[in-house]
Amino acid sequence: MASLKELKDRIGSVKSTQKITKAKQMVAAAKLRRAQAAAEAARPYAERLNAVMASLAGKVTGDSAPKLLAGTGSDRRHLLVVVNTDKGLCGGLNSNIVKETKAKAEALIAEGNTVEFYLVGKKGLAPIRREYEDEIAKHFDTSAVRNPGFEEAAAVATELLEMFDAGKFDVAHLIYPVFKSALAQDPTVQQLIPVPTPEEADSSGAAVEYEPDEEEILEELLPRYVKTQVFGALLEIAASEQGASMTAMDNATRNAGELIDKLTIQYNRSRQAAITTELIEIIAGAEAL
Amino acid sequence: MALHFELVTPERQVRSEDVHMVVVPGTEGEFGVLEGHAPVMSTIRDGEVQVYKTESAEPETIEVRGGFAEVGENGLTVLAEHVEG
Repeated sequence: MASLKELKDRIGSVKSTQKITKAKQMVAAAKLRRAQAAAEAARPYAERLNAVMASLAGKVTGDSAPKLLAGTGSDRRHLLVVVNTDKGLCGGLNSNIVKETKAKAEALIAEGNTVEFYLVGKKGLAPIRREYEDEIAKHFDTSAVRNPGFEEAAAVATELLEMFDAGKFDVAHLIYPVFKSALAQDPTVQQLIPVPTPEEADSSGAAVEYEPDEEEILEELLPRYVKTQVFGALLEIAASEQGASMTAMDNATRNAGELIDKLTIQYNRSRQAAITTELIEIIAGAEAL
Repeated sequence: MALHFELVTPERQVRSEDVHMVVVPGTEGEFGVLEGHAPVMSTIRDGEVQVYKTESAEPETIEVRGGFAEVGENGLTVLAEHVEG
């Protein structure tokens, strides 16, 4: 059995761990509120853009459709854009994303396609590199920025579009967690390029005048749509990170509390045992006289 | 006579209000939008959006960069990538 001093030190160390997890939990709770507000503020733009896309995409079809909408005509080379967090202490969030990514990659490879990865965020790099070292096309580092925003999203999207124009891939999927609640963040796979045609039909029969014309507007709109999607993913990951972190740290704090209780009981028992032994020794000594 | 005017960026909704007229810097030239304007969809160039609260009021200008303007049944929506200030 551990000595009294060892037990005391152990309790002290668990207590300070608990302090850290508790602080991190409260920080995450505060940041979560901000991240959720940011995600909500971005919604009107995305909705408007979707509506415009829907009304335009139906009008421009056939040969005149831009490559971003129609695709390259092949679907052999896939690019998986994986969005992870930069920091840990957020439970199984990153490993869930990586798991989803690997499942998707394996399915694509089984169908005879080639797969490459474009990684955003630091935490996805190591586990994916372990299995697909040569397939990582690029790692976009967001760790230098405090809150990745639209500028980072634009940089990622621009790079993706350049790669697409250079013919480096045919289809791109975006993999990121969708923030449902602090307890649930579901990894989602979403097709990014070619841009999926929104199903929503144009209901207003009014003749809309286009300036310059449909094709040119669509040409401008599609890259913007890609940017908005990436931006949405960045906002989701920010909210998910804080949510997952809050839950994970709450659990850790509770576990630390239980451990402290258990150790305290053990400490008191050994203390009493030591006192009893001492007493017996004294009494035995007194009787012997 | 009021035109519903919305200005949104990816980060937030900047404006949502009823105004008299808005002058939008379209790619092919500026155009003013009053209530009941025919549906138009236009790309915009970097420039100033001028908002006239009332007919006689001095216009308020907002710098925008890159995006679209859409006039539909429910007014004018400007989707800008970036808004100054």
